[in-house]
This record gives sequence, structure tokens and C-alpha cells, in this order.
Amino acid sequence: MSVQKAVQSEYALQQSAYEPSAEDFVFDKSIDIYTDRNYASVGFWKGVFTRFFKNVRAVIGLVIIVVCMFLALVGPHMNRYGYSDIQSVYDQETGKEITARSLPPRIPWLHRMISGEEYQDEFADRTFLFGTDSLGRDLWTRVWYGARVSLLIAFVTIFIDMIVGMSFGLISGYFGGFADDVMQRFVEIANSIPRLVIVGVLATIMPKGIGLVIVALLLTEWIGMSKIARAEMLKNKEQEYIMASRTLGAGSGRIIFIDILPNTIGPIITQMMFSIPTAIFTEAFLSFVGVGIMLPQCSIGSLIEDGFNNITTLPYQIVPPILVLAFLMLAFNFVGDGLREALAPRIEDM
Amino acid sequence: MAADYSQEPILKVEHMKQYFKVSSSFTVKAVDDVSFDIYPGETYGLVGESGSGKTTIGRGIIRLYDPTDGKITFKGADITGKLDKDTFKLLRTKMQMIFQDPMASLNPRKKIGDIIGEGLDIHKMYSTKEERKQKIDRILAMVGLAAEHYDRYPYQFSGGQRQRVGIARALIMNPELIIADECISALDVSIQAQVVNLMKDIQEETGAAYLFIAHDLSMVKYISDRIGVLHLGRMLETGTTQEIFSRPLHPYTRSLLSAIPSPNPRTEKGRTALEYDYATSGLDYDKGTLTKVEGSHYVHGTAKEIAEWMESTS
Repeated sequence: MSVQKAVQSEYALQQSAYEPSAEDFVFDKSIDIYTDRNYASVGFWKGVFTRFFKNVRAVIGLVIIVVCMFLALVGPHMNRYGYSDIQSVYDQETGKEITARSLPPRIPWLHRMISGEEYQDEFADRTFLFGTDSLGRDLWTRVWYGARVSLLIAFVTIFIDMIVGMSFGLISGYFGGFADDVMQRFVEIANSIPRLVIVGVLATIMPKGIGLVIVALLLTEWIGMSKIARAEMLKNKEQEYIMASRTLGAGSGRIIFIDILPNTIGPIITQMMFSIPTAIFTEAFLSFVGVGIMLPQCSIGSLIEDGFNNITTLPYQIVPPILVLAFLMLAFNFVGDGLREALAPRIEDM
Repeated sequence: MAADYSQEPILKVEHMKQYFKVSSSFTVKAVDDVSFDIYPGETYGLVGESGSGKTTIGRGIIRLYDPTDGKITFKGADITGKLDKDTFKLLRTKMQMIFQDPMASLNPRKKIGDIIGEGLDIHKMYSTKEERKQKIDRILAMVGLAAEHYDRYPYQFSGGQRQRVGIARALIMNPELIIADECISALDVSIQAQVVNLMKDIQEETGAAYLFIAHDLSMVKYISDRIGVLHLGRMLETGTTQEIFSRPLHPYTRSLLSAIPSPNPRTEKGRTALEYDYATSGLDYDKGTLTKVEGSHYVHGTAKEIAEWMESTS
């Protein structure tokens, strides 16, 4: 178009100011609506799946957890030592029993390959990947046996947080008023009783062991989560989209668990990941004071306690259980972060 | 379908009061003794400044709040007090609401299809999944969205599109009364016109009545059959759009109308905005009553005040 023509048309526009009419704002249904295919439709769980597996850290975490679980299952059976067997040989000449106390890690063929020599003691032909403890038990077997207990505690904690803590907090926050008052006073009372007192009382009425640890966690571990969940509920329940659900006739259960819960998933998963290490150490502490896992059984926590007692003289005893615990914690946090991002895509996450 | 005044009103609000107790010594009277009717297929505009109680009335009618006092009748059923199962279902299906803020009124973690289909899910209004999808697709097309939008999340939409999703969510229940709570205030002007025209089309197609809550008077004039003017929780003046705009009686209504800018620059130059301040106006809302002027035109005031206003405008 020539410049002259452009000027002319602009002049024409000025002459008759355009008056918008109602027709200008009507949908043109004759043409197909332009569809942006960059956001091709994906199912919810498929979307969660792809987002999770795109996240490198989350996948690393998942691999570590799976490997730990696998080793916890088969590790104790990979050699012929039982978790409570004290390794010893019978000395024919003196007629004495010699136990394999506090041996450092040893792999005979590797030792032969590197130094060209054989071990010179009575246990020259035996493999102790992580060494032995001060009583002469194989640490590899004990570490993976103990990992079973710690993993169990971790999953029980997730269960307690999700079922007890989260539901309690969400319900308390949603109903508010009198129900909230009663429930919060209950939380305060529960929170004010020291965990050790609860454990002490429990120890008098039930047998010591893993069952007692789980009941003790069940009674105390949910409180932190319930507070987070309640705060999230209070933040979300006055939102307009919740009013919209109510005007459609949604019941309380639907609003709490279908409408609001997905919006609170971030802080809830974060809180859960924080409570797993706490729970694992609680178990270690209870075992230490003598109401948790009973000897000769063991857990990662009790192995760390043992190793810590000998840390100046036999430092290699504490390394394996510490490493397993550290990797598990790291993995749970990676997976938690990955889950949060995968479950709850928002514009700020993209 | 035009408004049908020969039928019984679909909604009757009688002496509705909504008080909020702030502390033991202080109660906010958000809505104080408000009465009005809405007829089938009619659009009733509710106007007033911020804090005048418009939104509270809407939320009280649809029972997001429990009204303190008064009687609200919807399709012949009393919807105040404790609701029985049938009344609850009637209220939650045949009366729907379009919300003010399209950013906040859609659940950010739900897909558009599930947001629109929520009402269907709650009241089990379909027998197969295909039927549900069909119903949702039909409504999506009705509000000018594509079936492909079904699987997207609210953050992938613009404000105008989101508001249309909000309208679709209300429409899928085939409501007979839609409360539009400032549903265009958060949109820009061209989108406002689009949404309002969409609402008009839908009204023609379905015959739904609207309670249109807004503070934009030109928009209210465009869409409403009748108008109610609220101030400080009181209904000050009500009548047909024609009656209110051609002969506003109450000084508050007059000041409101005088604030509308004129699109014609010549008349806009000569426009003077009247001032109105309740504290200095000498009026006491407690003394006045809602009195009939003519036809469906009512104004709130004492007999003396009304006579004065009539004289000054005739």
C-alpha cells in the first residue's frame, strides 16, 4: 500500500469515528477456535510420572531407596553369617575358642591381589565386607538387618504423618470454631507430655521391641504434621474456588480431601521428609535407653550408638551404618522434592 | 426469553438481614432489612459502592452465609434456616454463582474439565463417562472454548477465558437463577463486553434469571431489567432500569448516576458529579421506609423526604 493511500485511509477514519456496536463483541462461531497444541492433553498420573522421571535428583533418590531396600532384603543372606552369630574358630592346640573381635573390613582375594600376601590370622579365609563388631559379629549382615528396622520406621512415619497428622490438621482447620478449639487443646496436651514419659508408661504395659517404638511414634509423631496441615487449610478454605465448590453442593469430605488437599501437598511432603530422620533417630534413642530394639537384634540407630562408643579406637565400625543412614535421608529428601514438583505443577514450577 | 412478570417470582427476598459479630460489643450490619423479588428470565442489577453489602446479599441468598434474619424463597421453597435434602439439592443445582475473581475462583490443581464437571460429579448427573465428557464439551463450546481445553490447568488461561470457565461451571447445572457477583470487575473492558454479551446470549437460550451484582453502572444499565441501589446495607431505591435512570429520586442514586462518564465529549464537559455523604446529608436510614412511588419504582425515606425529592425532580 502506498504512503498516500495509508494517509488517505487514516484521514477517512478520522472523519467518521468508529462506533462499536454489540456485534463486535459476539463470538464468531463460524470459524474453528485456534488450538494451541503445545499443551497436548496428558492424563494426570501420566503427567506426574513424566515430570517425576525428568527430575534427575528425584530419580537418583528413588534408585538409592530401591537399592537400600533390595540390600536390606537380601544383604543378610549374601553370606553364611547370621546377624547374631559370633564368628569364632576352635583352636585345636590350646583348646580355646578364638572370636573374630573388632576386625577391620577384609576381602581375602583383594588383599592377595594388592599385597601378594595372605592374611596370617585364624580368619584368613573369611570375608567381612564391613569388618566385625567388638563381639565378633559380621557388620555387613548387621547393617542390612538394621536397615530393615529403619526403613520400616520410615514407612510407618509416612503412614502416621499422612493418615493421622494430616487428617487431624485438615479436619480441625476446616471445621473451625468449637471443634477446632477442642482438637487444638488436645494437640497442646499431647505436645506437652515428653516423649520419654509416654515411652516409660508404654514400657510398663507392653513388651519392649519394635512394636513399642511404633506405638510411641504413633502417639507423638503426628503433631508437627497436624499443625502444618491445619495452617494450610486455614489459608485455603476461604478461597473463592472453595466457595464455588460449596455452591455446587460439595460436602465437607470432598472439599477437604479432593479440593484442598492437592493444594497443600507441597508443605505436607516437605514436613514428612523432615519427620523421617527424626523418627529414625527416635528409634535409635529408644533402643539406646533400652526400650526399643532388643539385643541381639539391631537397627541402624543402635549400630551407630555402638560405633560411636568405639569411635576413637575402631573408627571403621561407625562408617557403614552412618553412610547407609545418610544416603537414605538424602534419598528421601530428593524423592520428596521430586514428588512435590511432580504432583503439583504450578506456573512457578514450570 | 424476556422477563416474565406474570409468573410467580423465582426468588423472593423478604427483610433479609446479615449481621457479623466482630466482637462482643461490635456488630457489623452488612445487610439490613433488604427485600426484593426476581422474576423468571429477568436480570436484576444490584449496585452500590464498595462495602454496601451487594456481595453479602448474593452470598446470603446462595447460603454461603447463614442470614441472621428474614425469609428467602426460591422456586416456592424456603431456603433459610436448616435445609432438608430436597431443598438443598434444589438450591445447589438450580441456583448457581459466578465469582468475582477469575484468578481465585478456579482450583489451581484441577483440570478445566474437572472444574466444570464438578457439579455433575457431586450430583451424579451422568450415567457414563462419555456422557459426562459430552456434556462438558457442549458447555465448553457454548462459552467459546474448545474441547481441547478440557485437559488444561487454569494457569494456562487468560483472565477472560477463566471467567468463561467459571460461567461454564455454573451453566452445566442448568440453573434457573445465576448470581453474578461482580463477575466482570476483574476483566478489561473489551473482555467485559464479550462476557456480558455471552451472558445475554445464554439468558436468551436458557431463560435463566440473573442477579447481577456490579458497581459499573453503565454495564448494569446495559444488562439489567430492574435495578436495586444499595448503600450501607440498605435498599435505597429500586425500579426498572428506565425508572431509575430517567427519574432517580434518592440523593444517593442521583450522585451515583451523575458519576457515570458520558462517551460524548460535549456532554461529558458539562457533567457535574453530585456529592453525597451520609454523615452530612441529614438523612437517617433508620427512620425511613421503602415507599412506592409509581409502577415498580420504590424509594427509601420518610414521607416528607420523598415528597421533597419528588418535587425537585418533577
